[in-house]
Amino acid sequence: MTAATEPLLLATAVRKAYGPTAALDGADLTIRAGEVVAVMGPSGSGKSTLLHCLAGIVRPDSGEIQYRGRELSAMSDGERSALRRSDFGFVFQFGQLVPELTCLENVAMPLRLSGTKRRPAERQAAEWLERLEVADISGKRPGEISGGQGQRVAVARALVGDPRVVFADEPTGALDSFNGERVMRLLTDAANDTGAAVVLVTHEARVAAYSDREIVVRDGKSRDTERVS
Amino acid sequence: MSIGHTLLGLLESGPRHGYDLKRTFDERFGHDRPLAYGQVYSTMARLLKSGLVEVDGIEPGGGPERKRYAITDAGITDVATWLAQPEKPEPYLQTTLYTKVVLALLTGRSAADLLDSQRAEHLRLMRELTRRKRDGDLADQLICDHALFHLEADLRWLELTAARLDQLAAEVTR
Ligand SMILES: Nc1ncnc2c1ncn2[C@@H]1O[C@H](COP(=O)(O)OP(=O)(O)OP(=O)(O)O)[C@@H](O)[C@H]1O
Ligand SMILES: [Mg+2]
Repeated sequence: MTAATEPLLLATAVRKAYGPTAALDGADLTIRAGEVVAVMGPSGSGKSTLLHCLAGIVRPDSGEIQYRGRELSAMSDGERSALRRSDFGFVFQFGQLVPELTCLENVAMPLRLSGTKRRPAERQAAEWLERLEVADISGKRPGEISGGQGQRVAVARALVGDPRVVFADEPTGALDSFNGERVMRLLTDAANDTGAAVVLVTHEARVAAYSDREIVVRDGKSRDTERVS
Repeated sequence: MSIGHTLLGLLESGPRHGYDLKRTFDERFGHDRPLAYGQVYSTMARLLKSGLVEVDGIEPGGGPERKRYAITDAGITDVATWLAQPEKPEPYLQTTLYTKVVLALLTGRSAADLLDSQRAEHLRLMRELTRRKRDGDLADQLICDHALFHLEADLRWLELTAARLDQLAAEVTR
């Protein structure tokens, strides 16, 4: 196996139950460096749970998740949150920006949390806002901007730390199709430029069409088209 | 829609006379356009010639409507290949897709697999159109968007059908 095709994330037989509900019931998937993978499936099928398990936010009941060859469940909580800060970026449907901070401060925050000084952090944040075509709102707070602008700020914040994987859960879910596609285009262009992989949860086919391939989750089981078993 | 494949698929559950085939076809798939007898017999003649069906018995009295047809092994393979092959995505193919889903259920094949491979085929074309849209001028974008919205509608139908397969299976095989 060459370095280029080595899996970045490898999930095998992942199970997670909430009480009597099996949210994930044997999910398998492979994510490789730099690819954009859409996770699709009906509401309640386990897409968000799968994304949270892959990102080390939720601990599965059983099964394995390896990130660059390391088993997530073998890490301590501290190691996992350090990994999330250094290697992962996140975009959710809404409610992810800190309302008290300006857009610029929001985007700079991941860098600040990993120890970058304020000046260079804000300089990089400004570059990302520029790239996502929202430099004009950098001094505004999240309550003063539109949903589409907010999602672009969120994409900038997810990418500012140069992550290897961006986890996006319905990032365009609250936007109309025009703005949704603009966000998708900016997100996938930026990920392509930086070489980040994107795990994109969506139930919208036109959004999934920005991916390289799709994984279908149904009743907590995932079908990875990459894995012909 | 392929009438040959549909009639073949109906024969898979057991040999039938020509008039029985026509009646069953009309009930399940004919809707407002019933098959002409001539169409049934010319299709059967073609399927006989290519070895996909054989004559299983002839009732006394003669005439084509007296022939009883049975599917051959080659015919079963042909139905399997047709069902497994996703349709080229295009608007208004719902009637073909619906027929395939019902036939898969009637013949005990996986309708879920059929829907999954069709979804993959639709998404493949949607990706290609999305790439063209990214690189194109406004006219390209609008033309691609038109196609994309139609394909999205198809995909929603595939999703809904997948969610109601158990119910459909119960009705179809009742
Ligand atoms: N924290 C939780 N506590 C209890 N049950 C949960 C929790 N999170 C998810 N579930 C249940 O697990 C199942 C899968 O939920 P999940 O959020 O992963 O679905 P989803 O595919 O993301 O759905 P949607 O498209 O609606 O966002 C559902 O039945 C849900 O009710
Ligand atoms: Mg969800």
